[in-house]
Amino acid sequence: MVTIGPGEGLQVDLQSSVAAQFGRQIKAVITETLEGLGIHDAHVEAVDKGALDCTIRARVTAAAVRATGKDVWKD
Amino acid sequence: MFVPGNNPGMMADAHIYGPDSIMLDLEDSVTMAEKDAARLLVYNALKTIDYGNTEMVVRINPLNTPYGKKDVEAVVKAGVDVIRMPKTETADEVRELEAEILKVETEIGRVGETRIMAAIESALGVVNAYAIATASTRMMGIALGAEDYSANLKTNRTPGGAELLLAREQIVVAARAAGICCFDTVYSNLDDMETFRKEVELIKTLGFDGKSIINPRQIEVVNSVFTPTEKEINKARAVVAAIKEAQAKGSGVIAVNGKMVDRPVVLRAERTIALAVAAGVIDKEEAL
Amino acid sequence: MRNSKVVTLEEAIRRSGLSNGMTISFHHHFRGGDKVVNMVVDKLAEMGFKDLKLAASSLSDVHKPLIEHIKNGVITGISTSGLRGELADAISHGLLKEPVVFRSHGGRGSAIANGELKIDVAFLGASACDELGNACGVPRSENAKSICGSLGYALPDARYAAHVVVITDDLVAYPNMPQSISAADVESVVVVDSVGDSSKIAAGAIRDSKNPRDILLAKQAAKVIINSGYFKEGFSIQTGTGGASLAAVKYIREEMISRGIKASFALGGITAHMVKLHEEGLIGKLIDVQSFDKVAAESIAKDPLHQEVSAVEYASGQHLGSATHALDMVILSALEVDTNFNVNVLVGSDGIIRGAIGGHQDTAADSALSIIVCPLLRGRIPCVVPKVTTLITPGKSVDVVVTEYGIAVNPARPEIKERLQAAGLNIVDIQSLAEKASSIIGTPDALPFGDKVVGIVMNRDGSVLDKIYNICD
Repeated sequence: MVTIGPGEGLQVDLQSSVAAQFGRQIKAVITETLEGLGIHDAHVEAVDKGALDCTIRARVTAAAVRATGKDVWKD
Repeated sequence: MFVPGNNPGMMADAHIYGPDSIMLDLEDSVTMAEKDAARLLVYNALKTIDYGNTEMVVRINPLNTPYGKKDVEAVVKAGVDVIRMPKTETADEVRELEAEILKVETEIGRVGETRIMAAIESALGVVNAYAIATASTRMMGIALGAEDYSANLKTNRTPGGAELLLAREQIVVAARAAGICCFDTVYSNLDDMETFRKEVELIKTLGFDGKSIINPRQIEVVNSVFTPTEKEINKARAVVAAIKEAQAKGSGVIAVNGKMVDRPVVLRAERTIALAVAAGVIDKEEAL
Repeated sequence: MRNSKVVTLEEAIRRSGLSNGMTISFHHHFRGGDKVVNMVVDKLAEMGFKDLKLAASSLSDVHKPLIEHIKNGVITGISTSGLRGELADAISHGLLKEPVVFRSHGGRGSAIANGELKIDVAFLGASACDELGNACGVPRSENAKSICGSLGYALPDARYAAHVVVITDDLVAYPNMPQSISAADVESVVVVDSVGDSSKIAAGAIRDSKNPRDILLAKQAAKVIINSGYFKEGFSIQTGTGGASLAAVKYIREEMISRGIKASFALGGITAHMVKLHEEGLIGKLIDVQSFDKVAAESIAKDPLHQEVSAVEYASGQHLGSATHALDMVILSALEVDTNFNVNVLVGSDGIIRGAIGGHQDTAADSALSIIVCPLLRGRIPCVVPKVTTLITPGKSVDVVVTEYGIAVNPARPEIKERLQAAGLNIVDIQSLAEKASSIIGTPDALPFGDKVVGIVMNRDGSVLDKIYNICD
């Protein structure tokens, strides 16, 4: 569950069932994905239940697309 | 095996159960509100997860919906093996999809790699089955979608499947005439393995290459119906050996166990051996 | 009756001579429905006792009230096979000053028998008891409320504790025989309204798992058993109660019927599945240290071939006559297995205590073939890892590891590997399984352990196997 709102710089608030083991990695995936989409300023709230990196990338991208209205695929 | 494209958990390890092919679905199992998210989940899954030798298929939304074109772009870029087009009714629709695929393949420099499977789910589709099957060199198979088809016929599905008989036979015939594969529709009652087995036996007799399933628990039944028995394999080997011997000797008519062996028998024997190899019960080398 | 030992709980405690600093003990046969531990410790707190050491055969979520008693200094030490829920979480965060001592069921039995674990007062819940103290875990009247079947984990306490108090919710006429706990070992009997919540004591009808992963693991485990070389007339087996273990029994049964093979006995925690096979004539005898469900409890009550055994008779490593020494094959689960086949069943991959040793160390060590069945991953948590978070069962006791991505065989058992390969099973290197896991989920960061030892894992012989440190958040 990822919600993206306006912010300064990339700030990620993460709640994860695997926070101790993978919290750092998950935050990195989130910020990398957003930077890859050209988003450098946002406040992200993410609730994670042990998703794989590829799923996190998908969810973050979907949330970003919905938030910005700019799709990654051509119309 | 169908896997909903909005379920990352299932997509992550569907292959461990050993289905021959996994079909990630962007169409009927995904609500409109989730189409965009599912497309991204499928794209990322295809790009990241190691599915081994499993054939990867994605069922896209029809091109005449707001989702179809984006689905094509996403899955071709993700390197999918086969795109399954739902509710195919005409050869033109196939060509339209092919053009769309080519566009994306050209953009990424991987022309010709994506194949197509057409799902036939309506009366018109059944009528046009051969045209659909031959509409593109990318077409690797056609499949029956019985739920929509029977609704289109204005009837309902029955355990015996009488309402599907024509469609099934038409699809097998069209596929064989076109030289491609044919697949039967899903059976959704997971608690009735007996009826499921009977249905798999029926469609195997009709000539189908395989069956769509919705749960790993159905894999064993399909494999066991389609895997030749030891007796059948030995018989097939005897036929193939006799043919080889006859060819070597240059003789004309061949008999195995007192029965004449003509071309249909040989073809059937070769298919039995091919199925046995595909099922993994004999090695390729043993087959020759 | 004359010479009746029935008294109130308070009086029983007074008579026991319990004083601060002493050790009290409990069994866990009422599992998630247990009321005895909380009832007794509440009363002890009320009576002003402090600094007591609690030696339970195991503790679970229902024992959360102990957190308060620990904070108030009533309980200052714990020994157990396992800890769960909020109590475990609190202890992992440093609640108790003394480390918890973890022992296997066999290890606890040995320690009680050889005096290493001295019990001053044992408080043993029973389903029925007479006025002189003959007690059992099976129903003996229509008023029977809390049934548990075997009292295997209570028996060493009953025999060796300095003072024994039986607590029951069904006082029956003397003589309550055949008895599990003998009146000769009992000092007081306390009658209460309820010793356990019967809806939580036993699992309901354990349904066959429909989870495709469980089924896949079960089929693989069954194939390992069937092709191990030990699957022949008179073999013996023990299984856990997880979905995959129970489902495996189904496939093993099919093969037993098809080959006409019968097992001589099933051991350990007995379930309805095992009782069914026994009643069908496929398993000769049931050796029961814990009856997991109502069917098993009813069976032990009426069937002379279904025998209760104490924890010592079941699995003590120091008693060569314990049943695990006769056991051919055991199916076990794991939280983690590492590339040296070491197993962790006690501490989560987040460093928090969340399980129990149970009979793991004992059955793995003594059986002829031990098989660990676990998924490669549980969500994003890897089960096959380079090194276990905590060592519970040493790798030399572990023979085969079954996952959905392949089966690994301990290099010390080349003959097993050969047999399984010949049977066409997907045999892989355990290192490749660990690599597969990390290729899917990434590499976890190091856990935020502190410096305080919150748990000590004992080996079966009384030596220390590993230490558990506190987790800082």
